[in-house]
Amino acid sequence: MSKKREMTGAEMVVQALIDNGVDTIFGYPGGAVLPIYDEIFQQDKLRHILVRHEQGAGHAAEGYARSTGKVGCLLVTSGPGATNAVTPLQDALMDSVPILCITGQVPTPLIGSDAFQEADTVGITRPCTKHNWLVRTVEELPHILHEAFQVCLKGRPGPVLVDIPKDVQFATGTYIPPNEARPFRYSPRVSGDPEQIRVAVELMASAKKPLIYSGGGVVNSGPEASKLLRELVELTGFPITSTLTGLGCYPASGENWLGMLGMHGTYEANLAMHDCDVMVCIGARFDDRITGRIDAFSPGSKKIHIDIDPSSIGKNVRADVPIIGDVGNVLEDMVRLWRAHDEKPDPATLKKWWVEIDKWRGRRSLSYKPSKNVIMPQYAIERLYELTKNKNTYITTEVGQHQMWAAQFYGFEEPNRWMTSGGLGTMGYGLPAAFGVQIAHPDALVIDIAGDASVLMTIQEMSAAVQYNAPIKIFILNNQYMGMVRQWQQLLHGNRLSHSYTEALPDFVKLAEAYGGVGIRCEKPDELDDAINDMIEVDAPVIFDCRVANLANCFPMIPSGKAHNEMLLPDEATDEAVGSVIDEKGKQLV
Amino acid sequence: MNAKKAHQTGTGSAYFIVEDTQKPRTHVLAILVDNQPGVLARVIGLFSGRGYNIESLTVSETSHDKHLSRITVVSSGTLTVLDQIKKQLERMVPVHSVIDLTLTAEINGYEKPLERELAMVKVAGKGENRVEAMRLADAFRAPVIDASTEHFTFEITGRVSKVEQFIAIMEPLGLVEVCRTGVAAVTRGKDGMQD
Repeated sequence: MSKKREMTGAEMVVQALIDNGVDTIFGYPGGAVLPIYDEIFQQDKLRHILVRHEQGAGHAAEGYARSTGKVGCLLVTSGPGATNAVTPLQDALMDSVPILCITGQVPTPLIGSDAFQEADTVGITRPCTKHNWLVRTVEELPHILHEAFQVCLKGRPGPVLVDIPKDVQFATGTYIPPNEARPFRYSPRVSGDPEQIRVAVELMASAKKPLIYSGGGVVNSGPEASKLLRELVELTGFPITSTLTGLGCYPASGENWLGMLGMHGTYEANLAMHDCDVMVCIGARFDDRITGRIDAFSPGSKKIHIDIDPSSIGKNVRADVPIIGDVGNVLEDMVRLWRAHDEKPDPATLKKWWVEIDKWRGRRSLSYKPSKNVIMPQYAIERLYELTKNKNTYITTEVGQHQMWAAQFYGFEEPNRWMTSGGLGTMGYGLPAAFGVQIAHPDALVIDIAGDASVLMTIQEMSAAVQYNAPIKIFILNNQYMGMVRQWQQLLHGNRLSHSYTEALPDFVKLAEAYGGVGIRCEKPDELDDAINDMIEVDAPVIFDCRVANLANCFPMIPSGKAHNEMLLPDEATDEAVGSVIDEKGKQLV
Repeated sequence: MNAKKAHQTGTGSAYFIVEDTQKPRTHVLAILVDNQPGVLARVIGLFSGRGYNIESLTVSETSHDKHLSRITVVSSGTLTVLDQIKKQLERMVPVHSVIDLTLTAEINGYEKPLERELAMVKVAGKGENRVEAMRLADAFRAPVIDASTEHFTFEITGRVSKVEQFIAIMEPLGLVEVCRTGVAAVTRGKDGMQD
C-alpha cells in the first residue's frame, strides 16, 4: 500500500494496477493517455509492453490472461485506440477471458463535442464488455479501478473497460487502496446447491451410457478444477469429451478421452453425445458448433449442466439438473458425494457402453491420406506435436482449418496451454496472443499454429516480438487459401471459390527477416522434422512457412444444421459426396 | 418495438431454418437498478442486442437515498426467451433485482399483476362531437386537464385495455394527440420488491 495518498489520476491508475497485482500491461500511447504514459515512464514496478496495433494489445492481454489465470491489461488511447480494441474485447467476452482495458478519453468538457480522437467508447464497448465505466471525477477513479478488477475476475470472467478523460488523469485527488475502497455489491454465486448436486450424483450413478462434456469453464475455474475433473473421471470411469476451449483439462493421453466434440470433433465423441443417457456438462455452454442441429441434439439424455453463469443454463438446451456455481466448487462436492454414494453404476453396463464407443473409435475418424510428395496439414501438426510435446510448450492458433487440425492432432495434457479464439473466431488472434503468452512465460516454447490468411491480419506484432526478444514461433500451414472458407464454398456453395484464394502472398521467409526475425520454409514431408527442430532451436521470433497440400479438407465434419449422427467422415468424403452434402433446399436458404 | 424474432430452435443453422412452435406470451418485468448514467442504455441495449421485444418501458428513480431506479418493461416472447431475458438482466452489474411480475402473479393465483397506465388525450372539435367526447370522458372517469373552446385534453388512468378503449372511442370525435406513459406495475399482496 502506498503511503502517499494525494496523487494525480494518472498516478492512481499506475498505483491501482500495482495494488491489484498487475506487473505487465500491453499498450500503445496516444494523446489522451499521455499523462498515464508519463507516470509509467517514471516508475519501474509496472512493465509496459509496446505493441504495434491496439488489437494486438488486446489479444496479447488475452494470451497473457489465459496462460496465467491472471487479469491481462491493456492501455490504449481514445478514439481509434479504443475502437481498435473492440475486437479483442468481444473475443474475451465470448471466451470468458479476464482482461482490463484502460482507454484515454478527451477531457470531460469536450465530451460530446466531436473533439479530435473522440469516440463514445463506453457506448461502443457496452455490449462487448462485462461492464464498463466512464470516470467523471478523480475522486471516483480509484474505486472504479478496484471494482473493475472484481467484475473482471469474479463469477464468469470477462473483459472490462475503464474510460478515463484526460483532465481526470491530470486532476489531483486522494488515492484509496483496494482494501479501503467503497463497498461494492457484486458477488456472483460460486457454490452449487447441495440438493441439486445430490440429484446429479444419483442420476450419474444410475446411468447406463454416461458422458462428461467439459468446456472452457474448467480452465477458468483454475488448476484445481482440472484436477477434480480428472479425479471424477477416474472415479466414475465415464468417457469424457471437451469443447475447443476446454482442451487440456483432461489429458489427451488419458484413457477415457474421446477427443474434441462438435462440428470438427471425433466420430466417437459426437456419437457418444448423441447416444448417451446422462450427459454431465461441466463449464460449457451448448454452443451451436457443439450441438449441431438443436432439435436432434442428444435426444435420449438427461442433462446435468454446471455453470457459473445462470444465463448459460437453459439458453440453448434445456437442463434437467441445472447447477449454478463455480466448476471447481461443484466438482469438489460432486467428487465427495460420489465417494460416499453407495450405489455405483454396474461395471458390466458401463463396459457395454465402452464397447460401443470403441467400435466408433475403430472408425478412426481423424485418418487422412498420407503423401510422400506434399506435406499434409494433419501430418505437419502431428510432427509438430511429436517434436514439442516433451517441452514446456504453449500453443495458440488463428482461426480456420489449421485451428481445427491443431485441436484434433495436438494432444494437450494440461490446462492453460492452449489459447484459441473459440466463440468469436477471430482471425489474427494467434500471433499477438502468442506474444502475450511469451511475455508471461519468457522461457517457454510458444507456438502460434497459423494459417497464411489469418496471420497477415496481425503480422505487424512480429515487430513487437523482435523488440522484446520474445522468441515466438509462428508455424504457418500455408495452402494459399482461406482454407475453411474454401471448404465451405466447396461443400455448400457449389465449389465456387469466391475470393478465398490469396494471389499475392508475401514471401514469409523474407518477411520474417525484414522484421528482424528468422524465416524457415519447408515443402517436403521428409524435411519437416529437421525444419521443425531448427525452428525450436532458434532463440528469436520465427516465421515457419510450411507449404501444405492446397485443397485438403478438415474432417470429420458435421455440416451446418445437421445432427451429430450425420457426420461427414474423411473416407466417405469423396468430391461427389461432399458436393451433395447440403440438399437443394438448404442451398436456396443461403 | 423490435421485429419479432424467431427463437433459435430447430437447426440453429442459416442453411436450414425452422420456425419456433412455442407460443409467445406477454410479460411485465420489474427491474431495480442503480440510478447512474447509462444504465437505461445498458438495459435497452441488451434487448436490442439480443433481439428481445420491448412493448412498453417506463423508468423513474424510486429511492433517492439509495439511488435506485425502477424500470418496468413489457416484453413478449416464449417462456424460454422470457426466462433468458430475466437471467441476462440479472447478470448486469448495475441491476439489483429482476421480477417477472406476470409469472409471480400466476404463481400466486392471480391472472395478472397490478398494472396501470396514464395517458393524456387531446380531442379537438366543435358542436356535437365535443359534447359527446365530454360525456364519454365522464363515463371513463377521465378528468379534463386542459380545455379551450375548440379542444379538451383528458387524463385517463387505468389498465391498458381501458386506456386503449378510451383512445379508440375518441378517434372519430376529433382525436389529435395521445401521450401514454407505458405500463407501471407491482405485485399483488403485502410483499415488496427486494433490492
